[in-house]
Amino acid sequence: MTAPVVEISNLMKRYRDTSALDDVSLTLQENTLYGLLGRNGAGKTTLMSILTAQNFETSGTVRVFGKHPYENASVLSRMCFIRESQKYPDGFRPRHAFQAAAMFFPNWDQQLCDQLIHDFELPQDRTIKKLSRGQTSAVGVIIGLASRAEITFFDEPYLGLDAVARQIFYDRLLAEYSEFPRTIVLSSHLIDEVANLLEHVIVLDHGRVVMDADADEIRGTAFTLIGPGALVEEFIGGREVIHRETIGSFASVTVECPLSDLERREATELGLDVAPVSLQQLVVRRTAPDRPGRQGDSPADRMEVVR
Amino acid sequence: MIEGDRPIFLQIAEMIENDIVEGHLAADAQVPSTNEFAAHHRINPATAAKGINLLVDEGILYKKRGIGMFVAATARDALLAKRKARFVETYLEPMLAEARKLGISPAEVTAMITRADGAIAGRSGGRMES
Repeated sequence: MTAPVVEISNLMKRYRDTSALDDVSLTLQENTLYGLLGRNGAGKTTLMSILTAQNFETSGTVRVFGKHPYENASVLSRMCFIRESQKYPDGFRPRHAFQAAAMFFPNWDQQLCDQLIHDFELPQDRTIKKLSRGQTSAVGVIIGLASRAEITFFDEPYLGLDAVARQIFYDRLLAEYSEFPRTIVLSSHLIDEVANLLEHVIVLDHGRVVMDADADEIRGTAFTLIGPGALVEEFIGGREVIHRETIGSFASVTVECPLSDLERREATELGLDVAPVSLQQLVVRRTAPDRPGRQGDSPADRMEVVR
Repeated sequence: MIEGDRPIFLQIAEMIENDIVEGHLAADAQVPSTNEFAAHHRINPATAAKGINLLVDEGILYKKRGIGMFVAATARDALLAKRKARFVETYLEPMLAEARKLGISPAEVTAMITRADGAIAGRSGGRMES
């Protein structure tokens, strides 16, 4: 089986009176592709910065390859962190960035780097400052893939990349990961685009872990039932509601609870539509500010009317 | 196509099953590798492997070390038996539930089936399977 490469327990990060990370405990296994999801300001970048020793925890324990990463060259050279807005020294051209990366990362693959430069049609001899937003992102993506680091963090790596370039990134990422397994943490807002690539999903909200599960376990754990309000409420009973919308006498209610084939058929026979909830919708529901309380707004009284 | 509402590894397993039932993958034919499935469907290779391993556990596929996965000799018969066993539940019951909703009697449904079957047989040039 797999072994943990990152172990975090009770991690706190405070800036004055705000908590960027609030009691985070997580384990990352080797050779697994993680999605790190959540809204802006949820703590994703802070978490990745602490793991790569570019920021410090307020309290809690952080272990990467069994050691604390800070000033630990043997740990740092095994990790690659591609930031959303990576800054490069003035006058740096892509060529220079790749040369620097080749010196730093022991597993650097120059052939892959050259291939990716070609795939992304990246001009190598223009200063990075003069590149478009998408081309600057491509520099980061290329370094992240060609580094072949044992743990690679991609923090929103696709800013400015168009749909074609993003697809190239996803395809190369999968091919690389298949051929040279490693731990990859992909932080993304484009959840629908990356959902099928992920093996495990971690969702942060206001610095807390609100979801930490296998992607395939999450798939099919939530459903939206659509139909006449009274019938929908009757069917839902005591299930946990994560979203509720009504339009006239019609209701569309999202419940977090897998449905068996039998239950699904019962719903259909009642005349209800059962719609799947995508990972993106589920994350939105889990992290939206107006999420209904677990016990609040109970449908029990309305059920009495139906019966 | 990969859909959103069911675990992907189950969908991969079903795709392979369909290919076996429809004869695209014959007995002892090699199944695409985990990485080929991953690249083709743009999914995580571990997920593809989970789908394939499910079929290995069920005896539908067998493993040749260092070479790959192959279709078991008994795979097609086993899958046909499994699908026949589920036919009533999967196809007939939902159809009858809908018929009841529309006020169509079982006798009328039976007559419709006979007629529809004749039409299908006519379209496929008189070749009829019983």
